[in-house]
Amino acid sequence: MENILTQTTARPQATAPAPVTSAQPVIQLREIEKIYQTKTIETVALNRVNLTINKGEFVSIMGPSGCGKSTLLSIMGLLDEPSGGVIELDGRPVQAYSDRELAALRNQKIGFVFQSYHLINDLSVLDNVELPLLYRPGVGGKQRRERAYAALDKVGLSARTGHFPSQLSGGQRQRVAIARALAGRPEIILADEPTGNLDSVMGEEIMELLLNLNRQEGTTIVMVTHDEQQARRTQRLIRFFDGSQVS
Amino acid sequence: MLLSYLKIAWKVLLRRKFFTFISLFGISFTLMVLLVVYSLFDHFLGPHYPETRNNRMLYANFLNMRFKSGGNQNSPPSYYLLNRFVRTLKEPELISISSQFAPASAYISGKKLKLDLKYTDAPFWQLLEFNFLEGKPYTEPDVRSAAHVAVINEATARQYFGLSRGVVGKTIELDQTRYRVTGVVADVPGMRINTYADVWVPISLSTEDLQRTEFTGNHVALLLAKSPADVEQMEAEFDRMVRAIPNPDPKNIEQINFHADRMLASIVRPLTGTYNTSKGLTMFYSAISLLTLLFMLLPALNLVNVNVSRIMERSSEIGVRKAFGATSGALVRQFLVENIFLTLVGAVVGLALAWGSLQLLSNSSLVPYAQFGLNWRIFGWGLFISLGFGLLSGVYPAYKMSRLQAVQALRSANSSK
Repeated sequence: MENILTQTTARPQATAPAPVTSAQPVIQLREIEKIYQTKTIETVALNRVNLTINKGEFVSIMGPSGCGKSTLLSIMGLLDEPSGGVIELDGRPVQAYSDRELAALRNQKIGFVFQSYHLINDLSVLDNVELPLLYRPGVGGKQRRERAYAALDKVGLSARTGHFPSQLSGGQRQRVAIARALAGRPEIILADEPTGNLDSVMGEEIMELLLNLNRQEGTTIVMVTHDEQQARRTQRLIRFFDGSQVS
Repeated sequence: MLLSYLKIAWKVLLRRKFFTFISLFGISFTLMVLLVVYSLFDHFLGPHYPETRNNRMLYANFLNMRFKSGGNQNSPPSYYLLNRFVRTLKEPELISISSQFAPASAYISGKKLKLDLKYTDAPFWQLLEFNFLEGKPYTEPDVRSAAHVAVINEATARQYFGLSRGVVGKTIELDQTRYRVTGVVADVPGMRINTYADVWVPISLSTEDLQRTEFTGNHVALLLAKSPADVEQMEAEFDRMVRAIPNPDPKNIEQINFHADRMLASIVRPLTGTYNTSKGLTMFYSAISLLTLLFMLLPALNLVNVNVSRIMERSSEIGVRKAFGATSGALVRQFLVENIFLTLVGAVVGLALAWGSLQLLSNSSLVPYAQFGLNWRIFGWGLFISLGFGLLSGVYPAYKMSRLQAVQALRSANSSK
């Protein structure tokens, strides 16, 4: 099985790697707004954001805390509804989709990697990685296991399948989370500060993993980060400030 | 999928042991009480010795007479009423008339032995399935000739003769009357009120005037249908027969209400006062269901509370599952499976506690010769109640869980870290 970690051939460069992108948009956001309204205050989290993510792109989003990066990622991932605007996935607007249709779309197209991993502590590494496949019709137990093993192999954790999250280091946990995102073979991975809780060595390891995933598998990745160096290694860097894209 | 749910359910159980203990205690205690009550109920009404064929039986043991003055008289029917009218029925395969049991005394070495005596006819022994440990029942000629013979139970044989075997042919003296023992049967539990006794003797020996033509008395008729499917026809024939009974006192008696009922209905009818309708059973079942529901409601509410707080601990899991494609329906199913699993664990504990309690009750001599126990019917009820309990206490938390937005769930998990 191909291991993305061991396939790394060179030290990371400060410049973006050669893209494997096409100009085929997978995510398109048009005039996206997100407004949080209470009785007394209205907070604009996203202000008329227009953004296109193309197939095979590795895009990073940067900006100060509270500028709307994570909200944007949640909206892209269909975890949150915008207050206005249009989201298109593969050219199809998804606003009118039901809860069931959105869940199926998330399950088949999108993999998530979170800053604090969000692994289920009561489940083994293997069971955690199998999770997206539990909700995929037509995938049986044996196939789930095989795909989960394959995903864990890719992140170099095939020897840890029976461990529980509490028995792993932060870097290992994030690799499990990436394996979980990969198990469903999604076209898009949305990573919300995937190295935010890790030290620099582990952060580097995870970044390598994501870069290789993008290079070798052509997976589209959108990553929110605070790390300028890491952001520069992606193909495109988008900066956010006060709910708007500034570059 | 199910295995994954069960794995999680087990882990959740182990996670907060004190919460789990409270939940399980509530569930198992509630189920224990319900199972004990149901077991008593089953013991009382189920197809148990010697009324093992009670799915084919009807009991005519209650008579109501409504007077023109507005009053009512409730009483068991008389031998005359049963013998004169009920005996004429054609549908039953067998009809037996017996007295209600009454106390009788025997003396052994100057010591008084309190026994319960019942007068029966010969079909009594064919209609019911007594377990004869030795000897045999008295016969029709014995009854006709008013032979002083008796069937006694094992406990009486042991107490009176000091033996439980080898007493056939010996004489037992009750209330200054001597009877020759023809058979010894296994003890009949006291809750079998229509068949229970310590000593059974021919009805022709009854101290009561059996020729008395009044309708009220202290007897019971047992009717056995040819098959369970024939019971309704037998009941209908009984009702037709009752309508044809001439009013013995038209000046004073307005109506005679007399029915042959199945075991439960025969008990419920006088309790609910539904003398001439069949609404009594409906009322009884409604009351029992309501009481059961109310009894389960308190621990269920407690479990709802515990479950809701447990859900909050699991917001990360809910968020992740939603993010990776779980629909609200899938989460509801997961949580219900978990909750039913918890209640089934509670049910197993409850079943064990119920078994222990029933053993204590059986050994307490509260009910003569009672052998309370668990059987498949009770187990089935336990399972049914547990599933009901699991659903009752799981639906609201599951709904609440499923309504959580993925993004909110993940955010609250982050903020609680």
